[in-house]
Amino acid sequence: MVGVSQAAELSPRQPLEPVATASEAARIVARATAVDAVGLEGRAAALATRSIKRDSKVWALELAIRCMDLTTLEGSDTTGKIVAMCAKAVRPDPLRPEVPGVAAVCLYPQLVPVAVEQLAGTGVAVASVAGGFPSGLGPLDARLREIADVAAAGADEIDIVLNRSLFLGGRYAEAFEELVAAREAAGSAHLKVILEAGELGSYDRVRQASMLAMAAGADFIKTSTGKISVNATLPNALCMMEAARDFHRQTDRRVGVKVAGGVRRSKQSIQYLVLVHETLGPDWMTPDLFRIGASSLLNDVLMQLEKEDTGHYSGPDYFTVD
Amino acid sequence: MTEAIERPASAAPPWEYASAPESTDIVRLDHRYGLFIGGEFVEPKSGRWFPTISPSTEETLAEVAEADAADVARAVDAARDAAPAWRALAPAERAKYVFRIARQLQERAREFAVLESLNGGKPIKESRDVDIPLAAAHFFYYAGWADKLEYAFPARGTPAPVGVAGQIIPWNFPLLMAAWKLAPALAAGNTTVLKPAETTPLTALLLAQVMQEAELPPGVVNIVTGAGETGAALVDAPVDKIAFTGSTEVGKIIRRSTAGTGKRLTLELGGKAANIVFEDAPLDQAVEGVINGIFFNQGHVCCAGSRLLVQEPVFDALLGKLKDRLQTLRVGDPLDKNTDVGAINSRAQLEKIEELVESGVEEGAEIYQPECLLPERGFWFRPTLFTGVSQSHRIAREEIFGPVLSILTFRTVDEAVEKANNTPYGLSAGVWTEKGSRILHMAQRLRAGVVWANTFNRFDPTSPFGGYKESGFGREGGLHGLEPYLTFDGGAR
Repeated sequence: MVGVSQAAELSPRQPLEPVATASEAARIVARATAVDAVGLEGRAAALATRSIKRDSKVWALELAIRCMDLTTLEGSDTTGKIVAMCAKAVRPDPLRPEVPGVAAVCLYPQLVPVAVEQLAGTGVAVASVAGGFPSGLGPLDARLREIADVAAAGADEIDIVLNRSLFLGGRYAEAFEELVAAREAAGSAHLKVILEAGELGSYDRVRQASMLAMAAGADFIKTSTGKISVNATLPNALCMMEAARDFHRQTDRRVGVKVAGGVRRSKQSIQYLVLVHETLGPDWMTPDLFRIGASSLLNDVLMQLEKEDTGHYSGPDYFTVD
Repeated sequence: MTEAIERPASAAPPWEYASAPESTDIVRLDHRYGLFIGGEFVEPKSGRWFPTISPSTEETLAEVAEADAADVARAVDAARDAAPAWRALAPAERAKYVFRIARQLQERAREFAVLESLNGGKPIKESRDVDIPLAAAHFFYYAGWADKLEYAFPARGTPAPVGVAGQIIPWNFPLLMAAWKLAPALAAGNTTVLKPAETTPLTALLLAQVMQEAELPPGVVNIVTGAGETGAALVDAPVDKIAFTGSTEVGKIIRRSTAGTGKRLTLELGGKAANIVFEDAPLDQAVEGVINGIFFNQGHVCCAGSRLLVQEPVFDALLGKLKDRLQTLRVGDPLDKNTDVGAINSRAQLEKIEELVESGVEEGAEIYQPECLLPERGFWFRPTLFTGVSQSHRIAREEIFGPVLSILTFRTVDEAVEKANNTPYGLSAGVWTEKGSRILHMAQRLRAGVVWANTFNRFDPTSPFGGYKESGFGREGGLHGLEPYLTFDGGAR
């Protein structure tokens, strides 16, 4: 039987060309519109209080699953762990086959072949971190080779990190060139660029980094690695969504946004979807353009979905751990 | 290989926010409300009553007494009788009453919020998150000053209350304006007669019940309801001070009738504030600030940022963003917590807005309104933008007091200052720029009582609020707001 999970909707696309050259990188950063922290945080907090209709809520919860990158990024990951997670990714709730599969599983390069084998034909994509995740500070040729290798191994999506050392040091052209090189190395795989917003120090910087990554040809910009204490936050995500909205206005190119790290509850996932809806609009409410990277979120969403159906909560033991 | 499973592609339903209406059960309304005089609700001598409605449904909520001159005189007498004991009370004891009122307001915050939205049409998220908490904060703040008055104004002599204050408040922030007036007056040891606006008397009357529960001595606060005539009677009554918030037109009348009477006067009147966006501004936040500046409380805000001045290089970008944002504004049931823009306060106000908007179209400005469904009953007006506005248009000069924004452009800092100041009003202004020195430069040159930098419509009890020119004189909030209720020469009656 051919898999037709929701994730199969993912449209294949040509690798994006950069819309600028490295010599323009400094200008892109300098010209990025300023961001006012108080106003941004106020807006994010106001949107977080929106409540959505029950019908929309079920749809939103399913969308949260369809947009999910089910993630494990531990040194202790094994073949067994990945096989189990892939099964969960395709069929999150064995008792409720109508629940859609997730968009992708996200893992370390060495485990890509396992996931590729497990997920072939299911419509669930394989995403791998690469490029010296999470610091991005290894030798450039090694990082690029890692990216090319996971692409060759069959990863559909590659999550790389922005070189914060270059970016925060003001070496924008070099940071830009690295991204363009990564874009080339990734070939036809979707490229997600992790900004590690928690390390950038200000929302101005988050916006500048967003603009730089989008100009370099990123398919997605992503908030965080999940490896530092500050992960995805509503204001960070809003800041990046506003950048993506402006980038679309300027270039007519739709770039996706991925929030990752610290999203554990259904309520949070719906808050992020509200941000997407109010900032980028309904066009972005698809796994093509919005992702949530999470490991423990899935079961909370499943529990909420069951509650919407049955009117009551069961408990964590009624959902498979992986 | 993991087995693939088949599932239908679920069609995306439209993303809908739940109508999340606050229940009105919490509000128990009486059929009729008398005048609150001498600590009790009494029948009006006038024998007249008028209905008060919900502007979002046009349903009658209750009947309210209409006070005539005799009723007002009775209220002023009650305040006069209560004055000696109240001013003689130890300041710390006086503070206890004011603190008690503040706490009661917090206790019953939800009830007040629902009633405020019912009677006035403002979105529940505003009455819940802004009006009621700020009202409580004002009582808390001024309660703290009650026993520290000598230290509040050092080297000014012994502070004493002014006496009896007549206080007339508008319909846009009914409870909050009552708090702005009552809190400093009570803390300073005055007794008061408060007249709420004709269209929004109910939260003030609920506040009267709070005064009773707080066991405030009878006559310290009296509340008389009615329209313009009641207000005029209060202005003419033998009070020691008049505090008025409302239109410039009425403010002028009050100034005329109090001239030469020795009554102290503070006026907080209209405005036509400029929100000035420079090309280096944080644009997405400026959009939120502009939206909040003009659509907060349906634009029924004296300090509303009703003129947007945009530096030409960012005009297109900002206008595009504003139009997009306008589409996402939710207009409708004030009691729904997802509502951004509620009902216009009254039919009369709606007609005034419509008339001014028509004049804008006739004078050649370009109008933009989002598509949104408006409820059939009640008073509603679409959020509206005007572009191509020039300084000479009525919509750039007159206070519309509705959800209507006039957009103008400028080229230089000097031109921005000149245009912003080119109005008979001077209540507030907003400056959006990343450049700190420019903020300070603008704040010095803008003739407005409040200048917000990279934000708008922020209020705090510690911060003075008031106007230049035809926006009035005197300040409310902070120590500046306490001073008009005190005398330092021992000359109070």
